[in-house]
Amino acid sequence: MKFVKDIKADDTLDLVCRMCPLHLLEPGEKLACMKEGQVLEVLTDYDGALEDIPSWCEKCGEEFIGIEEDEDCYKLYIRKKKGNGDGKESVSG
Amino acid sequence: MEKKVYLDNAAATSVRKEVIEEILPYFDREFGNPSTVYDLGSRIKAVMDEQRAKVAELIGARPEEIIFTSGGTEANNLAIKGIGFAHRKKGNHIIVSATEHHSVLNSARFFERLDYEVTFLQVDEHGLVDPQRVKELIRPETILVSIAHASNEIGTIQPLSEIAQICKEKGVFFHTDAVATVGNIPVDVKELGVDLLSLSGIPLRAPKGIGALYFRKGLRLMPLLHGGIQESGRRGGTENVPGIVGLGKAAELTRLELSQKVKHVKALRDKLVKGVLEKIEAVKFTGHPVNRLPGHASFCVQAIEGEALVFMLSSQGIYVNTGSACASKALKTSPVLVAIGVPAELAQGSVVFTLDTTNTEEDIDYVLEKLPPVVERLRAMSPLWGKKKAASAAH
Repeated sequence: MKFVKDIKADDTLDLVCRMCPLHLLEPGEKLACMKEGQVLEVLTDYDGALEDIPSWCEKCGEEFIGIEEDEDCYKLYIRKKKGNGDGKESVSG
Repeated sequence: MEKKVYLDNAAATSVRKEVIEEILPYFDREFGNPSTVYDLGSRIKAVMDEQRAKVAELIGARPEEIIFTSGGTEANNLAIKGIGFAHRKKGNHIIVSATEHHSVLNSARFFERLDYEVTFLQVDEHGLVDPQRVKELIRPETILVSIAHASNEIGTIQPLSEIAQICKEKGVFFHTDAVATVGNIPVDVKELGVDLLSLSGIPLRAPKGIGALYFRKGLRLMPLLHGGIQESGRRGGTENVPGIVGLGKAAELTRLELSQKVKHVKALRDKLVKGVLEKIEAVKFTGHPVNRLPGHASFCVQAIEGEALVFMLSSQGIYVNTGSACASKALKTSPVLVAIGVPAELAQGSVVFTLDTTNTEEDIDYVLEKLPPVVERLRAMSPLWGKKKAASAAH
């Protein structure tokens, strides 16, 4: 697990209080509306996301930047890679 | 045919024919599960999105700010518990008015059993909340204020915008139970400034068992029902598609016809109030005289039992209520009437009329013809009325 700090995100997806499999569906929908190179910040309090989101990124060809632990949630950062117009493919959670 | 006058539209309404027609295909032909990926399901998902947009449009919200629920009670539970649990780290104090529906009061009381504190806000003699009092009661650990837009029991409409402004300034979430208002008066969430708003299909003449919660975009809410991806993970469980279609259609029709409805029921209500106060002595008109729901009339009739009055009127084909449909069977003095300072003895004679577009002037004439002799008959049997009469004669 790669820990990061002070990453500047272009958009944020708040999934706090929402559980599996939302963390594997909504990032793809959000990234589909973003430009190549832009960074999405995913806020979640679901522990399963810490493993699921990096593997989802690998499978969908997105770049998983890392994770920052906040007071009440985790912040996971994803950079949209070239040619990924729609990252809707999902992996099992 | 026997005359039937139904004036209990806050408790239940007949479903509109247009709504029934719209719903029917979703019981057999269009029965697919909206979460499935094949066309039978995906087209239901699209239909549900259309209904979400119609409900959102009725209250000035965005479609993604609407969560479908099983009715007003679930929407109120989701608002109170959803905020209470999601924002526990911020604080543990909740403020609700003393005249809320049981679904709000009991959700707040549930938190008292945990490590939360609840303040039950008092109201004036018309049932109005004082916004300045809300301001005084908010403290650093306050996370939520919940005040109904209007009371189904006394009809009073609250000054929500002012309270919403106070909550915004203090960084406190503001929820309103608008079950009594959405479908009866124009409601716009942005104008009101609320963060959450509950509504029910009943005043819109949608089926029972469907409602919705508006929650401002970006707001964190703990689900009551954990499950799958339905309602974006905020309410698990396969959706009540016929109910949702019914709510959407009813919302669309309500938006187009609301101003006519308001005019119609207000004229009938004014005639009813005038007639009752002229024809029956010792009657108190409860709630605010002006700032009240247009189709709502509530009274306390001295020296009789409201339950007996409701029962005897029903034998004449007139259907009314003693107060909240949920509470009236408990034979307990209404907490709402107690909160507005009605003496317990007088509160026993509570009777509430809630009108809809289905009502006519003839209905009101019929009530004004039948009600006074029924009251007279009940008072003839009442020892309280006998004492009152004897005391007046002695003077």
